Amino acid sequence: MIPGSFDYHRPSSIGDAIGLMSSLGDDAMIVAGGHSLIPMMKLRMALPEHLVDLQDVQSLKSISIENSQITLGAMVTQAELITSEELHEICPLLREAALQIADPQVRYVGTIGGNVANGDPANDMPAIMQTLNASFTLVGPNGERSVAARDFYQGAYYTTREDGEILSSIHLDAPTSGHGSAYEKQKRKIGDYATAAAAVVLTLSGGTCATASIGLTNLSETPLWAEEAASILVGSSLDRETIKAAAAAAKAITNPAEDGRGPIEFRKHVAGIMVERAIAKAHSRAR
Amino acid sequence: MNVQSPPSREERIKKLQGLGSSRKRVEDARFTQGTGNYVDDIKLPGMLFGDFVRSPYGHARIKSIDKEAALAVPGVIAVLTAEDLKPLNLHYMPTLAGDVQAVLADEKVLFQNQEVAFVVAQDRYAAADAVELVEVDYEELPVINDAFKALDDDAPLLREDIKDKMEGAHGPRKHHNHIFLWEEGDKEGTEQALNNAEVMVEEKITYQRVHPCPLETCGCVASMDKINGKLTLWGTFQAPHAVRTVASLITNIPEHNIRVVSPDIGGGFGNKVGVYPGYICSVVASIVTGKPVKWVEDRIENLTSTAFARDYHMTGKIAATADGKITGLWTHVLADHGAFDACADPTKFPAGFFHIVTGSYDIPIAYVGVDGVYTNKAPGGVAYRCSFRVTEAAYLIERMIDVLARKLDMDPVELRIKNFIKKEQFPYQSALGWEYDSGDYHTAMDQATKAVDYPALRAEQAENRVAFDRGETRNLMGIGVAFFTEIVGAGPVKNCDILGLGMFDSCEIRIHPTGSAIARLGTISQGQGHATTFAQIVASEIGIPAEDITLEEGDTDTAPYGLGTYGSRSTPVAGAATAMAGRKIRAKAQMIAAYLLEVHEGDLEWDVDRFQIKGNPEAHKTMKEIAFASYNQAIPGLEPGLEAVSYYDPPNMTYPFGAYFCVVDVDVDTGVTDIRKFYALDDCGTRINPMIIEGQVHGGLTEAVAIAMGQEISYDEIGNVKGASLMDFYLPTAVETPTYETDFTVTPSPHHPIGAKGVGESPNVGGVPALSNAVNDAFAHKGLVHTQMPHDHWRVWQTAQRLGLTG
Repeated sequence: MIPGSFDYHRPSSIGDAIGLMSSLGDDAMIVAGGHSLIPMMKLRMALPEHLVDLQDVQSLKSISIENSQITLGAMVTQAELITSEELHEICPLLREAALQIADPQVRYVGTIGGNVANGDPANDMPAIMQTLNASFTLVGPNGERSVAARDFYQGAYYTTREDGEILSSIHLDAPTSGHGSAYEKQKRKIGDYATAAAAVVLTLSGGTCATASIGLTNLSETPLWAEEAASILVGSSLDRETIKAAAAAAKAITNPAEDGRGPIEFRKHVAGIMVERAIAKAHSRAR
Repeated sequence: MNVQSPPSREERIKKLQGLGSSRKRVEDARFTQGTGNYVDDIKLPGMLFGDFVRSPYGHARIKSIDKEAALAVPGVIAVLTAEDLKPLNLHYMPTLAGDVQAVLADEKVLFQNQEVAFVVAQDRYAAADAVELVEVDYEELPVINDAFKALDDDAPLLREDIKDKMEGAHGPRKHHNHIFLWEEGDKEGTEQALNNAEVMVEEKITYQRVHPCPLETCGCVASMDKINGKLTLWGTFQAPHAVRTVASLITNIPEHNIRVVSPDIGGGFGNKVGVYPGYICSVVASIVTGKPVKWVEDRIENLTSTAFARDYHMTGKIAATADGKITGLWTHVLADHGAFDACADPTKFPAGFFHIVTGSYDIPIAYVGVDGVYTNKAPGGVAYRCSFRVTEAAYLIERMIDVLARKLDMDPVELRIKNFIKKEQFPYQSALGWEYDSGDYHTAMDQATKAVDYPALRAEQAENRVAFDRGETRNLMGIGVAFFTEIVGAGPVKNCDILGLGMFDSCEIRIHPTGSAIARLGTISQGQGHATTFAQIVASEIGIPAEDITLEEGDTDTAPYGLGTYGSRSTPVAGAATAMAGRKIRAKAQMIAAYLLEVHEGDLEWDVDRFQIKGNPEAHKTMKEIAFASYNQAIPGLEPGLEAVSYYDPPNMTYPFGAYFCVVDVDVDTGVTDIRKFYALDDCGTRINPMIIEGQVHGGLTEAVAIAMGQEISYDEIGNVKGASLMDFYLPTAVETPTYETDFTVTPSPHHPIGAKGVGESPNVGGVPALSNAVNDAFAHKGLVHTQMPHDHWRVWQTAQRLGLTG
C-alpha cells in the first residue's frame, strides 16, 4: 500500500497548471482532493510520474450564483457544497447527493471537480450533473471549451477530457422554483458506493408532471441519463402505474456488473426500486 | 481544632474502587490523546523494513524466482526466499495445530497472497518498490476452494510436503487433502435416538469464512544484539510467553536470551494468537543483518493472509418428542482449514470446544464429528472473539432449536425453556463430556422476555404479517432469540495445553513500602482494559485503592509466565491468579498485623483495607501501615517485604450464558434489514467493572452485527480472494450500529476465587444467532426454514424472491 515514486508539483494558477501538464506530458496526472487517485496509486493501479496538485489554485475554489445560474469551481469540496445555504435553497439535490458521498472526513477533502472528472461510474455527482443538465468547462493549451455532462462520459474512467486539459468549473441552471428532487441511494454502509442510485428532478403543472429528468449511478460503465424513463412521466399524474413504467424503462438501460453488492439481477432490481422511490419523493417535494 | 471523623466503612470501600466499581479506564488517557505505543511506533536506530512478495495465484508451482532487479533498487539489503531459509531449517514452521506452514513458499504456492519472498530494505518505500521487481515465474495449478470438493477422488493434491504422511496430528488422514476426523459423544446411540424419534429435523448450516480484522494489523520488530546474543521481539502478540518459547524452539536461541514484548495492541480478536511468516522472516533478517527489522502488514495483507475464522459447514439433526423435548443431537462439520492447519486451539482439541454444541439444553445423548480439510485458502481458523469454535457451536444449536420450533409449530422461547438445563442440575454433566459449573437459565430467560415484552412483540408481528399480506407494508418484522452457553477460561492443565504448554496463568504482586503496588500478569490486554479491572481485583483482595496499583503485562523479561489473552481466559484464569496472589499477601499481612498489634493472628479479622482485632475495631492496622512495617521492622520468623506470585491452574472452565433478543424490519424490495432493537442479558458471574462489561458487550455485539449482516471472505473459482479491503469487507460504522440495551443476572462461578466467568466474547457468540434467527423469523410464516449468512441486502432479497414476495 505504498505508491511508486513520483514528483509533486503545486502550481498556483490554472495557467501554470496547464503549462505543467503540457510540459510533463502523458506521465502527469492532476490531483484535486485525491480520494480516488491516491488509493489507486497506493494499489499501484495508477503510476503517475508527476502529480500536479490544484489545491493552491484559488480561482477554482468558489461557488457563484447569479440569476439562478450556478457555477461551481472544480476545487469546491463536497463539504462546501453541503454547507452553502444559498445553493441549497435553489438546488437542494446537490446537498442531498453530496451528503451520501463517503463520510464527513472524505467530504472535507474530496472535490466536486475530481468527482465528476475522474470518470468513475460509481461516483455520485456525474449522474447528478446529467440529471441537472450541467456543463463542464475544460481548459487546455488550446483554450477553453464546454462539454455537456450528458456528453462527457464515454466509458469507465474514460471521458471526452483530453490529456493536458483541466476541468475547471461546472455550470448549471438551477431547476425551476417549485421543482421537486431526490437522490435515492442504496449502499451497504456509510462510505460505500451505490448498489444502485437514482436522481430525479421534476416539475408539476396543475397536478401533472410538466418536466422530468432521471439520472442513475453505478449501473453501467458510465453514469446514465434515463431520457426515456423521464419522458414517460411527463404529462402523467405520477400515478403508481406510470412510476412503475418509468422505473422499468430506467432499469432497461442499466448494465451493472456483479460485485460484492450483489449479482446483476439484484442490482438492476434495486435500480428500479430506487427510481420508483426517488420519483415518489421528488413528487412529494414538488409544488 | 476541626477534628475530622475517620472515613466510614462505606467510604473506605468506595475509595478502593474494587469489585463492582465502574471506575474509568486508566488506559484511555493515553489512547484518546494519541500517545499509545504500538508496534509501528517503535523506531530503533538503523532499523530496516521487511515487505513480502506474495502469490497472485491460489495454487501454482514456482518455476523460478529472479531477485536481481529487486536487489538493484537503492536501499535494498536482501531478498529472502525459501531457498535461503532451508539451510536454517526455517522454510517451514510448526503451527499451533500440529501441522507445519510454509514460512516462504517452498516450490509451490497454496493460496492467493501467500508469502513468497521477503524483501529487506532501509526504508518501507524501497522495500515496496523492490517487491514489485521480484520476478516469480509461476505455473498455475487447479484450485480447490470448495471444501465439499476437497475430498473428491480426483481432487488435486494440495500438500505435497506431507503427501506420504497419512498419520496426522489428530489421527489418520483418509485422503491427501484430509487433515483429521475428530469425534466426540455416542454416535451409534445418537443415531438410534434419531431413528426412534417422534420428530426429527435436519439442516445444513454454514458459518461463512470471516476475519477478525483488528484495527491494528499484525506486525513486529525483531532486534538481534550480536554482542550479547540477545534477541528482542516486539510484536502484536496475544500470547507473548508462548511466542518466546516457540521462538526459542524453532531458532535454537536459548529462551533466556529471548525477550518478547507486546506493546499496546490495537485489538486482536484471535487474529494475533498465531505465529506468522512475517515474524520468522523478521527474526532471520535481523540475525543475518545484525540490525533491527520491522514488518507491519497492510489491511489487504491482514485480511488475506493472517488468520481467518469460522468456515464451518455444519449439519445438525435433532431428535425430539412430539411435545418438544429434545432426545438427541447429531452434528457433523466439514471444516475448511485452508492451505495449512494453523488453527489456534488447545492441542488436544482440533475442533476447539465445538462439543459445547448441546448448548443450554439438557440433551441426553449427542454426537459430534468434525472433518478438517485443506483448500487453496489462507490458513487460520482462530477463535474470532470467541472461545475455540464456541461461536460456531452456539450458532448451530441456536439455529437448530429454531428449526425444530418451526417443525413443531412451537414458540422458540417456549421450546428453549422446555429443554433448559435446570438450576438444580448444576454442576451439569453434558452428553459431550463437559461439566457445566453453574447456571440459572430459567431466571435469565424470564427476566429477558419480560424486559422486551416478548408477547407484545409477537402480537405486533402478527399484525405486521396481516398488514403485509394486505399490501399495506413492504416490511416484514422478525424476532430473534438466542440463549447461549459459552465455555471459556482455558483451561485446566490436565486437558488444555498449547504446544505442550499448560494453559494456567499467573500474577505477581509487589507491595511498595508506602502502600502502593505493582501487579504483573501473564496475559496481555488488546483493548479489554486489564490495567483497570485487574487492579480492581487486587484492590478488593488487599485493600489498596485501585488507583495506587500499577498493572503491567506483555514483557516476558518481567511478567510471570502465562498463556496470554484469548478465549475469554484472562479473567477466569489470570484474574483467579490475581485474587490468589492477593490472598497470599493478605495472609502474610495478617501475620505482620498480629505482630504489630501484639495479638494472635486468630484474633484478627479482615475489614476492607485493614486487619482489626475482633470485637475491637479501633485497634487495627491498615494495609498501608502493614506494608511499611514489612519493609522497616524486623519481625521474628518473617522475611522482609510483601510480595507474592500465583500460578493458577483452573479446576474447570467457566460457563457464562445469556439471553439475547433482537427485532428486525426487513424491506423485501431492497433486502435492507433494519435492526430495530437489540437486547442482551449477560450472566458472566461476578461483575468486576460494569462499565467495562457494557463496553465489551457493545463491541462484541457490533462484531456480531458485522458477521451476521455482511462479513465474508470468499474466493472465486480460480482462487482469487474477493472483497479483501474495507470497501467490501463489512465493518459497520456508527451509522449501521444499532442501539443496544444491556442487562444482567449474576450466577457466580463456584470454583473461581471471586466467582467471575469472562464476558468479552459472549456478545459475539450470542449475537450472531440472535440476528440470524431474527432474519429467518421474518420469513418463517412464508415457509422459510433456514437461509445462510451473511444476511446482506442481496441475499435477503434473494430469500424474499425465492418465497415469491418481491413484486
